[in-house]
Parts: sequence; structure tokens; C-alpha cells
Amino acid sequence: MFSALIKRNSLYVATIFTGAFAFQAFFDATLTKWYENHNKGKLWHDVRGKFVEGAGDEDDE
Amino acid sequence: MFKSSARLASPWAQRAMATTAATVGLGASYVLYQDSMTANAMTASEHGLHPPAYGWSHNGMFETFDHASIRRGFQVYREVCAACHSLDRIAWRNLVGVSHTASEAKAMAEELEYDDEPDDEGNPRKRPGKLADYIPGPYPNEQAARAGNQGALPPDLSLIVKARHGGCDYLFALLTGYPEEPPAGVVLPPGSNYNPYFPGGAIAMGRVLFDDLVEYEDGTPATTSQMAKDVTTFLNWAAEPEHDDRKKWGLKALIITSSLFLLSVWVKKFKWQPIKNRKIVWNPPRK
Ligand code: HEC
Repeated sequence: MFSALIKRNSLYVATIFTGAFAFQAFFDATLTKWYENHNKGKLWHDVRGKFVEGAGDEDDE
Repeated sequence: MFKSSARLASPWAQRAMATTAATVGLGASYVLYQDSMTANAMTASEHGLHPPAYGWSHNGMFETFDHASIRRGFQVYREVCAACHSLDRIAWRNLVGVSHTASEAKAMAEELEYDDEPDDEGNPRKRPGKLADYIPGPYPNEQAARAGNQGALPPDLSLIVKARHGGCDYLFALLTGYPEEPPAGVVLPPGSNYNPYFPGGAIAMGRVLFDDLVEYEDGTPATTSQMAKDVTTFLNWAAEPEHDDRKKWGLKALIITSSLFLLSVWVKKFKWQPIKNRKIVWNPPRK
């Protein structure tokens, strides 16, 4: 299966591009999750409720 | 082997060595003597007392700012420091998503008037502020600022945390470091106040923070040290607005580069394995 991907250069390049794209999305999401959990209680979206009424919609962070 | 080193150097070499030693000795004495002719009174007090290292909650490689503290600090800046200090590099929009919502920031901007385009006859016009406007300072220019502060210029606070040795620790120590009385024997120039953390000890800014000077929205007791901590955190954010993102990117960069490094070590070993382990045998041709 792996060799099938390497055989054609076009497929090989496409694999690397999609792989990189998928990896960075996953990597970023995982790390952001860890980072925000690590700093829980200090970030704006954690403390927002202490100062402002309402959950706030997309336009009003 | 020992013979040559045990042999005495030639008289010429001996003389050369003695001359060199005498020259170096005399030169050093001269330099030391010259140095003793001037006295530099760079005492600890002239450098300013070094601040203690405080345990900021954003100290550390992966620690973000405390955003509730940024918001309280902004309130302190606005109600206290903004009477004298500008904050030129911060626009209202910078606060959005950091310490305020977009509508709050917009409302604060709209309370102020900014210069607008002139009308068709060239008369200057004013308009309410918007998110893209910068926070205005208290004085129109440096001369006005000096005139209002007995000749001393209150520095712009946007980058002050980066602009002082000790950063946050210095600022906090400075703001909370005004003793009731200057120590005995200290003579201050007129219009200045004693603060051991300020280099020289005589600062034109008096103590500005006193317990319960502001009233915090979240009910945090507004002690002097709480306000100093909050305004310092706010000013640290103002100087490094990229701080939280920077640390997250740093973490990502560390993970990626260290895995690539380990991978390269493994690849190197993998490729060199057969080369390092091979045995080269030479069979001499038999006659
Ligand atoms: C009454 C006016 C006034 C107020 C209010 C004021 N300052 Fe100042 N501040 C000054 C002046 C004047 C100086 C210049 C002092 C000097 O150079 O001797 C100064 C200097 C400073 C410095 C620079 C010290 C240095 O190392 O050069 C910092 C930091 C500072 N102020 C922070 C603050 C903060 C934070 C607040 C609000 C809590 C504040 N100031 C409120 C007038 C004021």
C-alpha cells in the first residue's frame, strides 16, 4: 500500500501535501487544547464571564 | 631529555626575561596608580535597589498572562496613570478579545472625540472615536507634559516594561516602594520623592497608588499591591501583546525541531550502521 503511494511522483507529492495539511491541523488543535487547559482560568474566554453578562456571540469576543 | 631543560638559559635570555618582568610590573603599577586617582561613586543607591524576583503568574515558558489581571490593570491605568502617562502604541482594538469585548472597547472609544477630515470649506471637524483609534495621551506635547510635572517628563508606558532593567519586578517594586519618609541624611532635589528602586533615589513621580483608590468590577480588594500587580501585568501585555501566542508557537517549534533532530540522529545512525560495522580485510596476494 505504501509503495503504491511512492510509485507515481504526482501521488507522492499529493500525499505529502495532504499529510502536511492534516498533520498541522491536528498538531495545532492538540497543542492549543493543551495550552488552553494548562492556562485555564487566566485566559480571556475563561474570565470573560466575571466581567460581562451573556455568553457573547461570534462578533463580540 | 632532562638534560636540555636543566641547562641554564643563556645570559642574554636571562636579561631579556628580567627586563620583561620589570616592564610588566612597572606598567601594572602605573595603571593601578592612575586608576586610584579617580573615584567613581557608583554606589548601590545610584544604580537603584535591585527589585526582588516576584512570582508572576506569566513567568515560565508556557504560561500566559492572567487576563482578569490585565483588565483590572487597564482600569488602574485609565483611572490613575493616564492622568500623566500616555500609552501611544495601544489602540482600542488591541483590547478586544484580550481584556474587553468588542462592544465595550467600541463604547470606550466613542466617548472620546478625534480629529476628522475637514469639511468642504476646510474647517476642522471632530468625530467620535472608533476601534482603530489609538488611546489618547493626557498632554498635547512634551512641553505641556513637562510643564504639568515640574519639568519632569512622564514617559510613555507602552513599552516601559521592556525599557527598564527588571521589567515587571522593577515596576512593581517602584510603585509599591515609596517609604513614608526618606532615610535620614538623604537630601532630595525640590519636587522629587524618595524611592530606593529608582536609580539615584529621587524620582519626580510621587506615590500614586493607595489602598481602595479604584473599585474593581470583579470585587477584588483594591489594595496598593493588588493595583500595582494588575497595572504591571497590563503594561507587560501592552509591551508584549504577542506574548501568549509567542509562547504557544515556541512550544510548537520546540516539539517540531526536537523531533526532527531526533529523527536526524536516527537516520544518521541508520545510514552509517553498515559502514561503521563493516570489516575491511586485505588478503595479501600469495606468491
Ligand atoms: C501625577 C502624575 C503621574 C501619575 C498619576 C503617574 N505617574 Fe508615573 N511618572 C510621572 C513622572 C513625572 C515621571 C518621571 C519621573 C522622573 O523621571 O523622575 C514618571 C515616571 C514613571 C515611570 C518610569 C520610571 C523610570 O524608571 O524611569 C514609570 C514606570 C511610571 N511612572 C509608572 C506609572 C504608573 C504605572 C502609574 C499609574 C499607577 C503612574 N506612573 C502614575 C508622573 C506620574
